Amino acid sequence: MIYYDKVSKVYPNAVALDSVSLSISEGEFLSVVGPSGAGKTTLLKLLLAEEYPTEGSVSFESVDIHKLSNGALTRFRRRIGVVFQDFRLLPGKTAYENIAFAMEASGKTDEEIAADVPHVLELVDLGEKLYNFPHQLSGGEKQRAAIARAIINQPDVIIADEPTGNLDPVSTHEVVQILKKINDLGTTIILSTHNKGVIDSLGRRVITLERGKIIRDDKEGKYVL
Amino acid sequence: MFWTATRRVLRSGFVSFYRNSVISIAAILVVTITLLVIGSLLMTRAVMGYSLNQIRDKVDVNVYFNTTAPEERITELKRSLEALPEVRAVEYVSREQALEDFRVRHESDYLTLQALEELGENPLGAVLNIKAKEPSQYESIAKFLGGYSALVPDAPNIIDKVNYFQNKEVIERLTSIIAAGQKLGVAVTLVLIFISIVIVFNTIRLIIYISREEISVMKLVGASDIYIRGPFMVEGVIYGVFSTFLTMLIFWPMTYWLGANATNFLGGLNLYQYYLSNFFELTLVLLGAGAVLGVISAYLAVRKYLNT
Repeated sequence: MIYYDKVSKVYPNAVALDSVSLSISEGEFLSVVGPSGAGKTTLLKLLLAEEYPTEGSVSFESVDIHKLSNGALTRFRRRIGVVFQDFRLLPGKTAYENIAFAMEASGKTDEEIAADVPHVLELVDLGEKLYNFPHQLSGGEKQRAAIARAIINQPDVIIADEPTGNLDPVSTHEVVQILKKINDLGTTIILSTHNKGVIDSLGRRVITLERGKIIRDDKEGKYVL
Repeated sequence: MFWTATRRVLRSGFVSFYRNSVISIAAILVVTITLLVIGSLLMTRAVMGYSLNQIRDKVDVNVYFNTTAPEERITELKRSLEALPEVRAVEYVSREQALEDFRVRHESDYLTLQALEELGENPLGAVLNIKAKEPSQYESIAKFLGGYSALVPDAPNIIDKVNYFQNKEVIERLTSIIAAGQKLGVAVTLVLIFISIVIVFNTIRLIIYISREEISVMKLVGASDIYIRGPFMVEGVIYGVFSTFLTMLIFWPMTYWLGANATNFLGGLNLYQYYLSNFFELTLVLLGAGAVLGVISAYLAVRKYLNT
């Protein structure tokens, strides 16, 4: 489904990725681990076409995503849900509006929005906080709202870039449980994390990056550095 | 779909305007200052145009005829003058009228009036007051008059004198002052408008700079460019609309005071009257300027973050 073909990304003073090849199949739950600066975030940004590879290509369903037109890229991004370490909710919008925005952006009708948004917020246990602004939510609540936004359009893939990095252990556990549940429903998940406990509790495929290269790829991996 | 998207963009713009009230007020104030500058320039131009017209109106060329000049020949000359493309109006003052005018002008000058009485007959000739369309055209009119006597060689010369040649210097100076005044006006207007546009543009750019993170998130969520940009442009229009009303509100007492106290200083144009009679035109111009400035600034400012 997703294929990285000898991808290198070179920044002016650093090599973030060095000829990485990787294939991810549909429905997989892939964790990416590695020390800071190993290239995890770059790997994920390339899939969102937020960054362009210096060499090689990244394809999604056999289409090179870095060759998509502006409009096609916008449509492609609607098939991917993103969760960030720093949540990145729209600060001027309530929890409800943040999620509704993703639906509006993909052209859903008002009826669909009115039906789905409360439902998905219920799912991440934010049913009581529909009309709170991000600054009125705790870290864990913000991240759950961000996950709700990521899954609302039923994407094919969810990219979670250190989603538990800013969370306490209880919230971390909740977030991982939600991601697992989403994966069980068939959505491919790519998770980058530093959290040993998270990786060990998942027992799914783990790739380890170091200095821009994949040094391990384990089917039922543990956190090993 | 189109209408749904339009409605959502509009709503989003209004909501954001309302929720970021502090920023919105700041933006409105800046745009208001710009519109005040533009509005003041419009009024200054009106005042200048009015004064220049007044000055222009005071300039004319007078043809003094001999006392013996027959009226038919004067009317004939008047007709051929009126046929000239440069001439705006020709006023005929008969001998009797000239005498009457003279009497009125010297009402309190007893000696002069007595001398006039003693003379017994009317010493004044008829006069043609000629106004040109442009001050620069007086020269060619004067030339025409100079050549006129030559056109009818047999008839005795009826023209006593043409005062263009005495007034020549004054007229030429006025002409150049008027031309320079207009040029200066245009230059000052352009410079001030340019400065205003830069200020508004940068203010809106700063406001959007604050939202650059949001814009990148919107992109990642899969929002199309117009869907991201639209609400900012709507906000730009709202700034323009509010600023226009605020500006017109500020102009009200301002022009009222100027109309009451500075009408003479402004060359006789009552600015309050001007404000009232041009209210809709002024509002429309400011509204157009404000809204267009807001929209274009927002469009350009967002573009920067859409492309990164």
